[in-house]
Amino acid sequence: MKVRAQFAFVFNLDKCIGCHTCSVTCKNVWTNRKGVEYVWFNNVESKPGIGYPKQWENQEVWRGGWELKNGKLQLKSGSKLDRLLNIFANPDMPEIDDYYEPFTFDYAHLQNAKLSEACPTARPVSQITGEKMEKITWGPNWEDDLAGEFEKRSKDRNMHNLEKAIYKQFENTFHMYLPRICNHCINPACVAACPSGSLYKREEDGIVLVDQDKCRGWRMCVSSCPYKKVFYNWESGKAEKCIGCYPRVESGMPTVCSESCVGRIRYNGIMLYDADKIEALASTPNEQDLYQAQLDIFLDPNDPEVIKQARIDGVPEDWITAAQKSPIYKMAVDWKIAFPMHPEFRTLPMVWYVPPLSPVQSHIDQGALSSDPGSVIPPVENLRMPLKYLANLLTAGKEAPIVSALKRMIAMRAYQRSVHVEGTPDTRALDEIGMSVDMALEMYRYLAIANYEDRFVIPTGHQEVTLEDFYGHQGQNGFTFGNDSSPGISPNSLFPERRKETVEPCEPAPAADER
Amino acid sequence: MDLHTLLFGVYPYLALATFVLGSWIRFDHEQYTWKSDSSQLLSKQYMRFASNVFHIGILGIFFGHLVGLLTPHSVFLALGISDAAHQGIAIFAGGVFGLMVILGGTILWLRRLFNPRVRAASRWMDINILGWLVLTACVGFATIFWSMGHAGQKDFTVMLRLAEYVQSIVILQPNPELLRNIDTVYKLHIFFGLSVFLFFPFTRLVHIWSAPVGYLFRAYQVVRAKRTA
Repeated sequence: MKVRAQFAFVFNLDKCIGCHTCSVTCKNVWTNRKGVEYVWFNNVESKPGIGYPKQWENQEVWRGGWELKNGKLQLKSGSKLDRLLNIFANPDMPEIDDYYEPFTFDYAHLQNAKLSEACPTARPVSQITGEKMEKITWGPNWEDDLAGEFEKRSKDRNMHNLEKAIYKQFENTFHMYLPRICNHCINPACVAACPSGSLYKREEDGIVLVDQDKCRGWRMCVSSCPYKKVFYNWESGKAEKCIGCYPRVESGMPTVCSESCVGRIRYNGIMLYDADKIEALASTPNEQDLYQAQLDIFLDPNDPEVIKQARIDGVPEDWITAAQKSPIYKMAVDWKIAFPMHPEFRTLPMVWYVPPLSPVQSHIDQGALSSDPGSVIPPVENLRMPLKYLANLLTAGKEAPIVSALKRMIAMRAYQRSVHVEGTPDTRALDEIGMSVDMALEMYRYLAIANYEDRFVIPTGHQEVTLEDFYGHQGQNGFTFGNDSSPGISPNSLFPERRKETVEPCEPAPAADER
Repeated sequence: MDLHTLLFGVYPYLALATFVLGSWIRFDHEQYTWKSDSSQLLSKQYMRFASNVFHIGILGIFFGHLVGLLTPHSVFLALGISDAAHQGIAIFAGGVFGLMVILGGTILWLRRLFNPRVRAASRWMDINILGWLVLTACVGFATIFWSMGHAGQKDFTVMLRLAEYVQSIVILQPNPELLRNIDTVYKLHIFFGLSVFLFFPFTRLVHIWSAPVGYLFRAYQVVRAKRTA
């Protein structure tokens, strides 16, 4: 057993309202720069839909993630040699149009245009070429709230084994939001695919980062990440990805996306896992067993044996305590209401999702959903969202764990409704699935109330252990005598210089009051 | 010192010193700029064909020159490779790989010039260096016609003198006189080729130093610890 700690997430889809606050705050902090205008470390997709970039889940197109070849784990893009042979032109590389051509608008023209019959318009401007664009035909979140035709969004990979025609009918339409960031996988495909070894997983907290100095722009990470969450900065020529807001996390703060989530759907916490089991469990033969395999890799932070080994392996004491109070552990392991997204990619992702239920609740309350005689929980098969769809997304198609999770969530709500609305606690729904009142109350506290200190249990990083001479840095943070904070550009350098900032229309609008 | 000595006695050292020291300083000082600078994200069109043809061609050319010019004459003879065979291989391999560089490079160059997105992301030096490589390859290809003439007359002195000249540069005993009476096309090709070394550290060519061969022998996963203990 080798104990490692992992900074992990749970997103409660049941409460996501698709407001994109996470995306916008993340964008403003991390990808508001030239070369990454098209990049969203955090994005929110409307599902069903083909997503960002187009069809990212369909690995027949992108060949991302891992597969078992003769029982052995190998990247879907082939052997190491295959990747080196494809290094001059990566055949699986997405093109900018698979994301979208980044654009802004010529707003100043609205105020500067000469008097004319027709109303002036702010035309779109490409942020790559700076040219005016004729028409914008795709953008981030183009499919917002099921926008567009059913035929197009039903190409969603999760619908491949569903009776699509049924869901085309208005009454049967279903919809959910899927916020996505880098999964900071335990078995990351991007790291494994990087020819220059610039991508790495941090031992202390498992955050996956790109060493910007070491990256040579071979682009294998971009195509090998099955979630398409490694991006290519076309200005710097380097790979960039979600950094798990590590400077915040090291200080005990939640990530920007989690902190700013108005629906309080995001949870940050620590999980302990057994690093010796990674390869064996990621090689689980049956795809549908991968969810269970990932549960098996987690270690019980209250087990004395685990604690002993964690100390030997250098996990700090407060990290062990944090793991014991981890909201992630409660939802993923104790209650089994959270699931990894697409475990069949075999990367062991560490952003887990609570499946959505909400649009149905009022339906249940009105008794509009028929339930079996003698049962208070309506059969989850009757819910609007097809179980198969959720299972395709979260458990490689295995429905039983999803059913169990949804039932627990319904039972918790039924119980709380009896307490708060009817005034008399009714435990029939809990009894039916063998759930204790304590568990229902705790689930309620974490899911419905979602207090800040329950959502975010983040121990600080231990710089005093990691730095050889931490007093040496006192009083000079941010200043060095070397080049270690070089932006890679210097106006006096002989080497390729950086050009202007992101394209923005340079024509200024007139001042509001010219007097 | 006349222009000839300057170009073929001094310039090679200027170019090679810049190549080595420039690369070193850039790697040491500005590693963030050390990259292949791929533009594949912006346009995949023609990349699969042109980029592969260009790269395979230029690798063939590089190793062909390396082996063909730097191997001592005696070693070739000891290996049973006659001068005629040497010249034949050089003409054939040089011709094939050279054409690949010209074909792939031209497509890539046109793409760089006329694809609006790629053009917008191109620096001045990106356009120049690719053009320079294609021109060098064109001049190099032109030398084949002269070499074929020599081969036809069973006269291998030019080939041997070129190799001897390159070796004289490498062993730090430059002998530009070897090139004095040689056809201009060879001199032009040598000048163009040497200039590539001069430009090297100031261009994206530095990615050649980082050919990721080590990847083949590495474990899949990379874990870094901040802990010093």
